[in-house]
Order: sequence, then C-alpha cells, then structure tokens
Amino acid sequence: MESITPSNIFKDQGRARSVGKAGDSWAHKFFSYLVLTLIAFTMIVPFMWMLSTSLKPEKEILRRNIFPIEPTMDNYAEVINETDLPLWYKNSFIVAVISTISVAFFDALAGFVFAKYEFPGKRPIFILFLTSLMVPTEMLLIPWFIMSSNPPIGPTWVDTYWGIAFPGVITAAGIFLMRQFMQGVPDELLDAGRIDGVSEFGLFWRVAVPLSLPAIGALCIFNFLGNWNAFIWPLIATTRSEMFTLPVGIQLFSSESDTSWNLIMTGASLSVVPLLIVVVIFQRYIIEGIALTGLKG
Amino acid sequence: MTLARKKIFWAYVFLAIPIVFFAYIRIYPALFAFQMSLHDYNPLAAEQPFVGLENYEKVFEELGRKKSATKAAFQNTISYVALGVPIQLCLALLIALMLNEIRFMSTLYRILFFLPFVTSTIAIAWVFRMLYQPRFGLFNVVLQMLSLPQQPFLRSPQQALPSVLALVIWQGMGFAVIIFLAGLKQIPRTYYEAAEVDGASRWHTFRYITFPLLNPSIVYLLVLQTISFLRMFAPVVAMTQLGRGGPLDSTLTVVLHVYNEAFGSYNMGFASSLTVALFALILGVTIIQLSITSRRIN
Repeated sequence: MESITPSNIFKDQGRARSVGKAGDSWAHKFFSYLVLTLIAFTMIVPFMWMLSTSLKPEKEILRRNIFPIEPTMDNYAEVINETDLPLWYKNSFIVAVISTISVAFFDALAGFVFAKYEFPGKRPIFILFLTSLMVPTEMLLIPWFIMSSNPPIGPTWVDTYWGIAFPGVITAAGIFLMRQFMQGVPDELLDAGRIDGVSEFGLFWRVAVPLSLPAIGALCIFNFLGNWNAFIWPLIATTRSEMFTLPVGIQLFSSESDTSWNLIMTGASLSVVPLLIVVVIFQRYIIEGIALTGLKG
Repeated sequence: MTLARKKIFWAYVFLAIPIVFFAYIRIYPALFAFQMSLHDYNPLAAEQPFVGLENYEKVFEELGRKKSATKAAFQNTISYVALGVPIQLCLALLIALMLNEIRFMSTLYRILFFLPFVTSTIAIAWVFRMLYQPRFGLFNVVLQMLSLPQQPFLRSPQQALPSVLALVIWQGMGFAVIIFLAGLKQIPRTYYEAAEVDGASRWHTFRYITFPLLNPSIVYLLVLQTISFLRMFAPVVAMTQLGRGGPLDSTLTVVLHVYNEAFGSYNMGFASSLTVALFALILGVTIIQLSITSRRIN
C-alpha cells in the first residue's frame, strides 16, 4: 500500500480516480460540481454576512437588506477606539505566541528524548504522558481554577498571561507527533556529532530540530490556531475585561437587554479574517499536516 | 562520565520540566477532581466537608427526576452526539467522494470547506445566532422570499437544539472531509481498475472496495467526533440567551452545566462529580474504539 508522505497526498488526485464508465462520467462530474458548489456557497455565506453586517451603519442592522446600502467603517472605528477590543486582541496574540513557542520547544525536546535515548524509567514516564491524553480538560478546569487562585508560590495566577496560558504550554499529542518524526533522524548523524564534541543539547538544536522543521511547523500552526480560538479556560482564568482574550471579550457586546450586532460582527470579522488569510496562504501545509497527523486545532 | 551515563543524565535533564508539568498540571488536578467530587466543595465556604458518594447520588437522583437541569444536560448531550456525529460524517464522506472525482478547482473547494474549521467557534456561532434571528436574520429573510412561514429557531425549545447542531456540523465538517480524502488516497488504484474490468457498478465499487478500505478513517473520525460532541460548550454559550443553554434548558450540555454549577453556583463538589461522569463516558468511547481497532488487526 502506498504510504502517505506530504508530497504524494494531493498529487494526481484526479487521475487516480478517473474510473467509471465513460458514458455516465460527464453527468456524474456535472452533478458533483453542482452539489459541491452549493455546499461551498453555504460555507461562504456566513462569512459574507459577517463582513457585510460589520460594514452596515447602525440603522441598517435590523433591516432586511443583505448588503449595506451605505457601507461605512464606523463600526471598526468604534470597536477600536471605544472598546477594550484592541487589548483583547493583544492578549489573544501574546497568549497564543507564548504557548506556541513553548510547545514547539518542549514538545520537540521531549519527543527527541523519547525517540533517541534509552534510560531507566523511560516506559513509566511515557505512560505518565500518555495518561494525560485520556483525561478530558473539562475535568481539570475546576482544580486549575483552585490552583490558580491559590498557587503554591507567589500571587494569584488569575488575570495573568501565565494563568491563561499554563494548561497548554506543553502538549502530550505534540510530544507523540515529534517522537514519531524524530525517530527518522539518523543515529549515525548524532554519533558523528558526538565524536566531533557537539553537546547533547547541540545535537537536538542543530541536528534534530532542522531535520524536523516541517513537523514543528505543523505543530506551531495548529497550536496557534487552537490557542487563538480557545474559549473555556480563558473564560474561567480571567475576570477583568483588560485581561480577556478575543473570544471571551466578544461576549461583552451582548447584555440581557441589548445585543450590539454591529459590534459583535465587527469583532468577529477582526478575529476571523487575519487568520483566514494566513490559512489560505499556508493551506497546503495545514491540510497536509492534518491528513498526516490527524491533529485537531 | 561514560557516554552511556552522559546520555542518561541529559535525557533526565531534558525531560525534567515536562515531567513536572504533566505531574502537576495534568495528573495531580485529575486526582484533585476525584477528591473534590467526594466533598461538599464550595470555595467560598469556611469548610469543605467530606460527603462520600453523596454528589454521585445526587447526579443519579437528578437523572431519575422528571425534570432537572442535570437530566436535560445529559439528554441533550446524547442527542447532540446521536444526531451530530452520523449526519456530519455522512455529509463529509459524500463531499470527500465527490471531491475525489473532480480535478478542476478541487483545491479551491477544499479550502472553502476547510475555512469554518479554523475559525473561532465563538465568532462564527455569534454569526449563526444573528442568521437565526426573527425579522432580520438571513434564514427568515430567505423563508419569506420563498413564501414559507417564519421560524423562531433559537427561541423555540423544540428548534433550538437542531439549530445549534447545524452550526456545529457545518463548522467541523471540513476536518472530516480532509481525513476522508487522505483515507481515499490510500486505497490502491489497482482495486478500482480491477472493479472496472469486472464491470462493477458505482454502488458495488463503493460498497465492496471504498467503504471497507476506508474503515480506519471512519472509526478514527467516529471516536474523535463523538468525543468532541460530548465536550460541546462554546457554541451553546454564544448562541443562547446569556449563555445559559436555554430556552428551558433545551440546548444545555454537560460541560455547560458543569460550568454553571462550578462557577455560577460554586457547587464545585457536585460539578466535579459531573466531570468524572463525563470522563467515564469519554473513556468508554475510547475503550470501544481500541477494542474495535485491535480486533481488526487480528
């Protein structure tokens, strides 16, 4: 059976499946395009609606026109100048960057050790990491909250970047992914490095990491997306609006009596659009990464 | 220091921080959750008295009652899983099969199907909430154009759950499509060529070649999506009034119920026992998967 490698997943997709009786294949293709186009349309419409609403003046929000009659940037100006949204943006970005850098480093390092070292206790330690994959995060939320409110040393972690980021600074799934990839690093290369007097950390940093960059890249992208979109823990770990992340903050535009649809759609657009641009640029790597690893953001 | 010893030493040094992390941030809190579930744990109270299995008894007692938030939470969560997983995977499989047949523009379609998956759930759930609004929401605008009766969607206890579910299915489908496409790509072309020579119909080709050989992807996605539907939280918060899982608890999920109990009412002991129940459910799904997978290998 053909193995999956990044280069052959999407190669010759069409040629591989151009089977079927010649007669009905045109009708079939036409039907496929028709259905796919319809579904693709339903994929785009909510995004169009979001952008279109964010460009509507307030008086048009409750009207039934789909596109703005007098498009305006007022909502963007209001959201940026009169709400905490720029702070939420900054917080989301800082938390996502901190966790991604930390995950890339520690997951790669631990994956390297599990792939290339033999030491007493390797199995139990591996099982310790494995067990943590079995426990759903929801079960840990309440203990994390208690721990954050009364940490063993220092002041409370609530409303700090560390408090939002700490559950995700090392991930078991990432360690397994990196272990898988680092097993492909040739032992001869590492031994040659040792003979040349390269330190063990140097072997990791200058031999294993450069050879695993595609996997580390995929891990970074998924981690960033996951943290940028994370909701339940940031919701619990923050109490002050200045420390909210974007998904937590957007909720503030709605209260019991009133929902500012224009502000919510503007906040949503600002949260979604930059990411969509990045995803479209890197789509090939992201889609291959998912296909290869089964990772979820 | 000999080389072997040096390697062992550095292995421990490199793993020191991850070991502390997993022990303190993952394993210890899990045990702490079990322990909390045996106490009447209220962080605002002076004492956290030990109550044995009372919290679990309360879970079962509420499940047995005619009407309770706990019962609604579990019932709804089961509905989300039982409806959401099959619908999502069937749609994704159909899309993957069609995408696999075409060449022109297939990359564009793949990107479009995939975009919702990388989008913030909270952001896009708010967009759907607006689409569902009476009077100015797009869905009711379209219904009016087609001269169909207006629908309350999220405001009706009967329609709210399917409405939330539609968003979740829509958002997660692209992920399943990609996994299915990777699985389809793994099926050797020669099988299809042989089927063609034998004059097999499309349905037979699907039934006897594609479907059985796609089994690993199907089992993988079944488990992954079941777990993700069991853990549903953000869409319900964004799409219901004040994020409470209404109307009349009709969209409440287990995780949202846990959140309300723990951080709304500070019944953290009871909430912990609910998370232990969720853990048991997820573990059950994982064990079923492992037994299916290992049986197939044998």
